[in-house]
Amino acid sequence: MKTEAATTTTFDIEQIRAQFPVLHQQVNKHQLVYMDNAATTQKPQVVLDALNDYYTGFNSNIHRGVHTLAERATTAFEATRKAAQRFVNAAEPQEIIFTKGCTDGINLVASSFGRSHIKAGDEIIITAMEHHSNIVPWQMLCQERGATLRVVPVTEAGEMQMDAFEQLLSEKTKLVSVVHASNALGTVNPVKEIIQKAHAVGAVVLLDGAQAASHLEVDVQALDADFYVMSGHKVYGPTGTGILYGKRRLLEAMPPYQGGGEMIKEVTFEGTTYNDIPFKFEAGTPNISDIVAFRYALEWVESVGKANIAAHEQQLLQKAHELLQEVPGLRLVGTAREKVSVASFILDGVHPFDVGMMLDARGIAIRTGHHCTQPLMKRLNIEGTARASFAVYNTLEEVGLLAEGLQYIAKRMR
Amino acid sequence: MEKAPINTIQDEIIEEFELFEDDRNGKLEYLIDLGEKLPALEEEHKVDNNLIKGCQSKVWLVSERTADRLKYKADSNTAITKGLIALLIRVLSEQKIGDIARADLYFIRDIGMNTFIGSQRSNGFANMINQMKLEAALAYQEMEKE
Ligand SMILES: Cc1ncc(COP(=O)(O)O)c(C=O)c1O
Repeated sequence: MKTEAATTTTFDIEQIRAQFPVLHQQVNKHQLVYMDNAATTQKPQVVLDALNDYYTGFNSNIHRGVHTLAERATTAFEATRKAAQRFVNAAEPQEIIFTKGCTDGINLVASSFGRSHIKAGDEIIITAMEHHSNIVPWQMLCQERGATLRVVPVTEAGEMQMDAFEQLLSEKTKLVSVVHASNALGTVNPVKEIIQKAHAVGAVVLLDGAQAASHLEVDVQALDADFYVMSGHKVYGPTGTGILYGKRRLLEAMPPYQGGGEMIKEVTFEGTTYNDIPFKFEAGTPNISDIVAFRYALEWVESVGKANIAAHEQQLLQKAHELLQEVPGLRLVGTAREKVSVASFILDGVHPFDVGMMLDARGIAIRTGHHCTQPLMKRLNIEGTARASFAVYNTLEEVGLLAEGLQYIAKRMR
Repeated sequence: MEKAPINTIQDEIIEEFELFEDDRNGKLEYLIDLGEKLPALEEEHKVDNNLIKGCQSKVWLVSERTADRLKYKADSNTAITKGLIALLIRVLSEQKIGDIARADLYFIRDIGMNTFIGSQRSNGFANMINQMKLEAALAYQEMEKE
């Protein structure tokens, strides 16, 4: 890889920060330090411009119009599909379905693939570190179909217990749905190995890429993933956008998710024939403007370079681990060997809510609570954590400010 | 000593917080101090029945009526929420039941703590205010029957 030279020569943090207008403001009389990136990332100017250009230049409904604006909107919309195809290295753009985000994508698979392929007695495997979005749709499906949800335990460090996973796998396993990188702990799961093992028993694998997409290279073909979901708003793109990647063979065998316009070939009162993929799964007028702008986020990430981003973020994470462990009474939660840039922690004797409020008073935005992973918190015997999550525009100085704030809180509150 | 009227106490609190101007940290620390001075709720009262659930912080609330007044005791597992509770108790506890039910708690906004109410589910505080008023309304009904 050419990353060594690239990290030192092409990565200019000031030039990157300059592209994010929202970062340049005071919060509670301090320069904003935004470290809630696992919840959502900020958007670069190119994405904001794209939204504005769409509405000022060519707002129009897509796919059916014969006029010029409709043609331009359709072209821009489909350009995002191609960008997304490249972003996850799908074999063809038709394997990219636009969604509102990860939650929507998982529900689509649970509803469409689930109803057509899961029957009584079948088993679905998830892990104990899943986001509620990757738990509840499967619970609902299992309840409806009389199937069973199996949960792979995690270690104290926050890693999936691979031996337990192997024991759970059987010919009853029809689907394995696993988070690529954990939002609460940062753990990167060994997804390639998971997929190989699941495929060996004939199960289909969905990866929840919510937290992976902005940090890690995603290559669905190299992974041999069957489904992959991601949210645009966590990859510097607009809210209300996301993609579901699915292998053509699987998508074609699945019934539509919702009925309506766009997803049909022909409608009569006697019956309806459905459109081809991807349109079969995109009923109604989609979120055109945001999806058009989403492309610019993906291209922006590519232009900075995933390897450069990852190298920078790993530097931030390492520094954070180092400085945070010096804070009296602070315990890191999630110490997996491989992590994305998420530092979750608890401060002995101080509720995470108070930590979050006190940091906010210093202009530092972090997240506190269970991070929509209640079963994981239960497993780790904690109510919640405080979580700082870093993105490409965070700096080592900011990590220093976080540590300073925590030192102060530790002294004041304990 | 007769308890001062609700709005008089609210105005006192607003004045106290004016000292901090827009020093958010100073305000939070003051809240934490107030919370630390609030007597802890006896363990026997920290039961689910008295629990007001927020998404993150827990608040326990009990009330006790004497004639036409209602006395509150409360506690929380987060320091800042406990400080806010101390303020609410200072304003509402031992007031006339009808006054509690009708109170407009403008001090919360005026001291810059409205982030705790409104749409925030992260904190039991908004629910606590509702519960305090609800208990006042129930106490009022009870009083009417006597
Ligand atoms: C791991 C994980 N999965 C799923 C989701 C849900 O994503 P969205 O809310 O964008 O649908 C999130 C968002 O926090 C997440 O972190």
